[in-house]
Amino acid sequence: MCHALTGDAHAAGHHGDPDRPGWWDNLIGPGRPLDTDRYFVVSANVLGGCRGTTGPGSADPSTGRPYGLRFPLLSVIDLVEVHRALIRHLGITRLLGAIGGSLGGMQVLQWAMDHPGELAGALTVAASARLSAQNIAFSAVAREAIMRDPDFAGGDYYAAEHSRPDRGLMLARMIAHITYLSEASMREKFGRRIQDAAEPRYGFDVDFEVESYLEHQGRSFLKRFDANTYLYLTRVMDYYDPFGGDPAILAAKLARVDARFLVLSFDSDWRFSTGHARDIVRTLSAARVPVTFREIASSHGHDSFLLPVPEYHRTVAGFLDRLAADADAP
Amino acid sequence: MRPDLTIIAALLGRGERVLDLGCGDGELLEHLIVERGCAGHGVERSTEGFHACVARGVPVTQAEIEDELPELGGEAFDWAVLSSVLPATRRPARVLRDMARVAPRRIVSLPNLAHWPHRLALAARGTMPATPSWHESPNLHPASLRDFEALVAESGQRVARRVLLDAANRPAPRPVRARPNLWAAGAVYVLEG
Repeated sequence: MCHALTGDAHAAGHHGDPDRPGWWDNLIGPGRPLDTDRYFVVSANVLGGCRGTTGPGSADPSTGRPYGLRFPLLSVIDLVEVHRALIRHLGITRLLGAIGGSLGGMQVLQWAMDHPGELAGALTVAASARLSAQNIAFSAVAREAIMRDPDFAGGDYYAAEHSRPDRGLMLARMIAHITYLSEASMREKFGRRIQDAAEPRYGFDVDFEVESYLEHQGRSFLKRFDANTYLYLTRVMDYYDPFGGDPAILAAKLARVDARFLVLSFDSDWRFSTGHARDIVRTLSAARVPVTFREIASSHGHDSFLLPVPEYHRTVAGFLDRLAADADAP
Repeated sequence: MRPDLTIIAALLGRGERVLDLGCGDGELLEHLIVERGCAGHGVERSTEGFHACVARGVPVTQAEIEDELPELGGEAFDWAVLSSVLPATRRPARVLRDMARVAPRRIVSLPNLAHWPHRLALAARGTMPATPSWHESPNLHPASLRDFEALVAESGQRVARRVLLDAANRPAPRPVRARPNLWAAGAVYVLEG
């Protein structure tokens, strides 16, 4: 499985504290759609990340200091290449499937397109083959928030005595988090309730519950994320365009795709709406790639891909069942 | 396989690309994919039908046919199949036009409202022929074979082939051809143009 922008290798289970499970714990485990009694699940950090695999915070071997913005710009192709190296290292030649949500789904699509024979199934959830101007605009504002933070220092903020661009990264996270929720889910979750009080305090400090929530999301993000990684990975998404370029080359490439696709979207997701999924489906179908597609009803917006929406999980489980049955058949 | 699906399968060649609109549990497509080397894609609105297709390994989109057809690009399919679904669509004429845009050849099967037992029921008892009842029937636009053929002609398409069906959805015996709109329980049409 391939993780999204702010995910990491810790997808399921916990490290001693059952209240802190992995981010896809409801999908992975015994009896769950990615049933660990039946499947081996491989989960790794992405290249450019800040949770394990090399990223802008890693030491540049030529200088011994963190790369910062000297780290090369990445593409989804690079992310996939590093995952493939891990898979080869594990001695695996063919995977039953690759699954990912959002940026994870982009990696899955790229993988299936570039490397026929390696995946029996490709499962993309709440993903896109091409960010819209609106998507890029949100990313741009988030990056601006980071880069305009006085502590950003051109990306060289890693020294122990240096402050990190926390205000910028926090703001970036707050902006992005709004795009992960739907208006309905925010209304349901917070409404116009006042934080810790019955009456408004009438001022510019945090007063509404939703403000408190966003601030909490932003602040807790600082503990686990690196501002430079945020810049690099959002840029990976902005430039992603696997169906772009010369149509003849694309057609030749798609003609070789042998993975069976499951493409899922959520009706309340406005970050990567169903239109994004439909673009993937349309392009693959026109190239005769077998695609199963479904828009799942869920009020939780883009975040739905992280939640145990029953019909979503049932569809993933059913699709994997069939892949497994075909893989076992002589 | 349902007898009418067997008839439809026999009309299709090997290795063709087939769009099955209202594919149900995917029985026809699975047969075409596994036995005939076709590339198939289904459109099914019901959740149970969708999951049945997934379990069969049939590529499927969960959607209403009439919402999905405009989304599909031209010339992606060799055949589009609409089996027993046309009377249940909101705009049958538009469905036929959209199918013609999506696939050069189409198969449409439908029950015949003017089949003699229906005429008898209407004439003798004065009741609508519908299962389970007129108000629970999914059919919004029931039609006789004559009605349907007139619509085909109006939309600039032509019937390349017609297989008449008996009440068990099997090919009807020869005498039925004399007055199909009276004696046939339904028909499978191949449309072109």
